[in-house]
Amino acid sequence: MFEHLLSLLIKAIFVENMALAFFLGMCTFMALSKKIEAAVGLGIAVVVVLGITVPINNIIYNGLLREGALAWAGAPDVDLSFLGLLTYIGVIAAIVQILEMVLDKYFPALYNALGVFLPLITVNCAIMGASLFMVERDYNLAESTVYGVGAGVGWALSIIALAGIREKLKYSDVPEGLRGLGITFITVGLMSLGFMSFSGVSL
Amino acid sequence: MSEVTIKKVLVEPILSNNPIALQILGICSALAVTTSLKLSLVMAIAVSLVTAFSSMFVAMIRSHIPSAIRIIVQMTIIASLVIVVDQVLKAYAYEISKQLSVFVGLIITNCIVMGRAEAFAMQNGPVLSFLDGIGNGAGYGLMLVAVAVIRELLGSGKLLGFEILPTIANGGWYQPNGLLLLPPSAFFIIGLIIWGVRTYDRKQAEGADYKLSAHKVKEAF
Repeated sequence: MFEHLLSLLIKAIFVENMALAFFLGMCTFMALSKKIEAAVGLGIAVVVVLGITVPINNIIYNGLLREGALAWAGAPDVDLSFLGLLTYIGVIAAIVQILEMVLDKYFPALYNALGVFLPLITVNCAIMGASLFMVERDYNLAESTVYGVGAGVGWALSIIALAGIREKLKYSDVPEGLRGLGITFITVGLMSLGFMSFSGVSL
Repeated sequence: MSEVTIKKVLVEPILSNNPIALQILGICSALAVTTSLKLSLVMAIAVSLVTAFSSMFVAMIRSHIPSAIRIIVQMTIIASLVIVVDQVLKAYAYEISKQLSVFVGLIITNCIVMGRAEAFAMQNGPVLSFLDGIGNGAGYGLMLVAVAVIRELLGSGKLLGFEILPTIANGGWYQPNGLLLLPPSAFFIIGLIIWGVRTYDRKQAEGADYKLSAHKVKEAF
């Protein structure tokens, strides 16, 4: 069991990297990777939110939405899985809001560091994507916790790496039309090529 | 924006103000489906319809939404429309919906949909908002289809499943470039397209962060 989870974690971080293999969370990925500090803050926020929302969505899916999940309420034939999309986005928005309030009350230092990034996370496709992948791959609670944290760490790793590259890149003489967005896309492409070399890794 | 006309609303987002190339919106769910042209066409149509209808509905109720909860209201409308699209695809095109897997659901978090609802539909009437949605969806679709054509044609020698370039494996002459079917190529292609668009239209280019100073040291001899 432990080996299985460890292998899942490695796979979620490196092999199936949210940003570089599935293109998820790209909008924020491109917009906020200019400074390393911002990238670190955003990365940590994504890890925390993913680590909480994926397991919670897993509980909701298995306990309420899945076909036959409502048997305890005397309705074994009900299949509510079509409500999934609406539920997951609601859960994500609610969790982010609660997290923001809890951090503000009990961890003001952390709130000041992450505060700006938290609301942005609701519309980050990586968060929604991880919940949808969890449903599609039929993870159980332990697996989905590990997957959520792993996917978050993978995303954080790639945005911090990209921010590091972009901090150096701004001193270089890039052709006019390629400046900014264009060269960033090509850099991300090269990073993605690098991460592909992990694709053979399995434990 | 001085004047909002139907033509401007429909045509502008396609070239001169393309949502992907310029506003970096909505590439999240865009790139993963570009390995095949068929999937990209389905995705483009789905996104256009969701954007158009969500803008229209938001525009219809725009004066009744309290501004504090407008994001949640927009999100609910968008999510309901995506559920409809998802169910229709599952019912009538099951194979395609399996291949698109999670990316139909991710239309909800696609920034274009939300962006148009927030930026345009909250200020304009339903008809204009609907057309604005179609225009932005078409601009997004154009980019998606362009990337998909390059990737599928050069990556496997086919378009929509028909062989265009006969591959060596089938006794032809074309050696398919497998890299184009892998994720990195999508980044390269988008990067190059942005370069092309910005070279064509100079005023879209970004300024340099640092100016290189001129070489002032005299030659030693």
